[in-house]
Amino acid sequence: MKGRLGLRFVAIGYLAALLAFPVGLVFYRAFEHGVDAFWEAMTTPDAQHAFWLTVEMVAIAVPLNTAFGVLCALVLVRQNFRGKALLNAAVDLPFAVSPVVIGLALILIYGRDGWIGDWLIENGIRVIFSTPGMILATIFVSLPFVVREVVPVLREIGTEQEQAAETLGASPLQTFFRITLPAIRWGVAYGVVLTTARALGEFGAVSIVSGKLSGQTETLTLLVENRFQRFDLAGAYAASVVLAILALLTLLSMNLLRPKEGR
Amino acid sequence: MIALIPLSAVVLKSTDRGWDSFWNAVSSPQAWAALRLTLIASVVVVIVNAIVGTVIAWVLVRDEFRGKSVMNSIIDLPFALPTIVAGLTLLALYGPRGPFGLDVAYTRFAVVLALLFVTLPFVVRAVQPVLLELDQEVEQAAESLGASKWVTFRRIILPALYPAIIAGSGLAFARAVGEFGSLVLITGNLPFKTEAASVFIFSQVESDNVTGAAAVSVVLLLIAFVVLLGFGWLSRKVVRDEG
Repeated sequence: MKGRLGLRFVAIGYLAALLAFPVGLVFYRAFEHGVDAFWEAMTTPDAQHAFWLTVEMVAIAVPLNTAFGVLCALVLVRQNFRGKALLNAAVDLPFAVSPVVIGLALILIYGRDGWIGDWLIENGIRVIFSTPGMILATIFVSLPFVVREVVPVLREIGTEQEQAAETLGASPLQTFFRITLPAIRWGVAYGVVLTTARALGEFGAVSIVSGKLSGQTETLTLLVENRFQRFDLAGAYAASVVLAILALLTLLSMNLLRPKEGR
Repeated sequence: MIALIPLSAVVLKSTDRGWDSFWNAVSSPQAWAALRLTLIASVVVVIVNAIVGTVIAWVLVRDEFRGKSVMNSIIDLPFALPTIVAGLTLLALYGPRGPFGLDVAYTRFAVVLALLFVTLPFVVRAVQPVLLELDQEVEQAAESLGASKWVTFRRIILPALYPAIIAGSGLAFARAVGEFGSLVLITGNLPFKTEAASVFIFSQVESDNVTGAAAVSVVLLLIAFVVLLGFGWLSRKVVRDEG
């Protein structure tokens, strides 16, 4: 019994020191000068712009990654072809690669002197140091989530129902929307939540391709860093709290979705 | 293709002025110090994670107390929280203006602290399901045959957990090696002291030394692959030896 209490103490102590206290303190610091100060820090033009830019990036990256993720999972589970193992490994790459390296890779392709960067710039398309590059970076880092959540579900449901539908004359599209999609919807939802969280919070990859132009290419995470560097601690805490609340909402929806996966 | 083409660009860029320039970039004192710091800190972090992560998973599965479900759900917080916020969060408590006067900012311990924060869930979430599935009858049998708690744990429980601990540690290691956001604010990025490899890459890109940045990136990529393959192999080997 003594040993059990000791272990409990170690576990709770570790989590408190590493997670609970620090996060709690940031909330306290953000609101220690009152809600008005917090509101003021978040309604400056820069903060407003950062917030809406973040929303815009999520709104583009998440649907694209969801569509790609479901398609990719279908290909990985339902089809056999040469190089399938390679595709499987490539999907997980963004998890294993540092976000900074991802950012650098995008610069080498789309930036000045990049593989297609010069051609793009000549045609008036600016990718690096502007929003398209940041969206690409966000898509890149949050690529694997939907695939990884949908693949096991697809394996589990099997193909019997889909085959039955096809025998009864359903087109592939009908089969997908009437049979497959409803069966995998919780897996997709879980993947979407994880993708959204990652897209909201990405810093390294976005930072390196953004050029950090305040009021132009500054997302919420970049705003946190910028305000911190300018010794605007209260402002940095305020922006952090907005992101932390979004993270907590993510946790909440993860917990709500998780039991449903088993159904 | 979205993933592979850009990364091959990094590999090509790192060697576009020949192997000598690649080697010079990687072995420059500053790059070398950054790579060494990243590796050592990652090893420390993985060892702590393997031990504490297993303890936390154990407490979550086998212990009962009020607030356990809250504890279970905050484990994932480091995955959900943006890394830059994680860094600021740690700085608030363990930085120069912290309430307890514990100031580790701009030290190597800060690097370890930030990496511990972002890698916390890997081992816990790998071990937890295995512990849940584990048959308690074997443990009861061992105990009724006179095995002490410690012997039961070491001989019965731990061997069953090894594959999960190893798999979780591998993911944690890969994450620690590449981590960037949480390090930026709390470590101060002092070259030769607290500058990790990813931060070094970032500063090289900012100062337009793209080839040097690409070279160190390739080393990071190699480490991540070797670690993931190595840990995967180790975890399969353990399963085989058990069987």
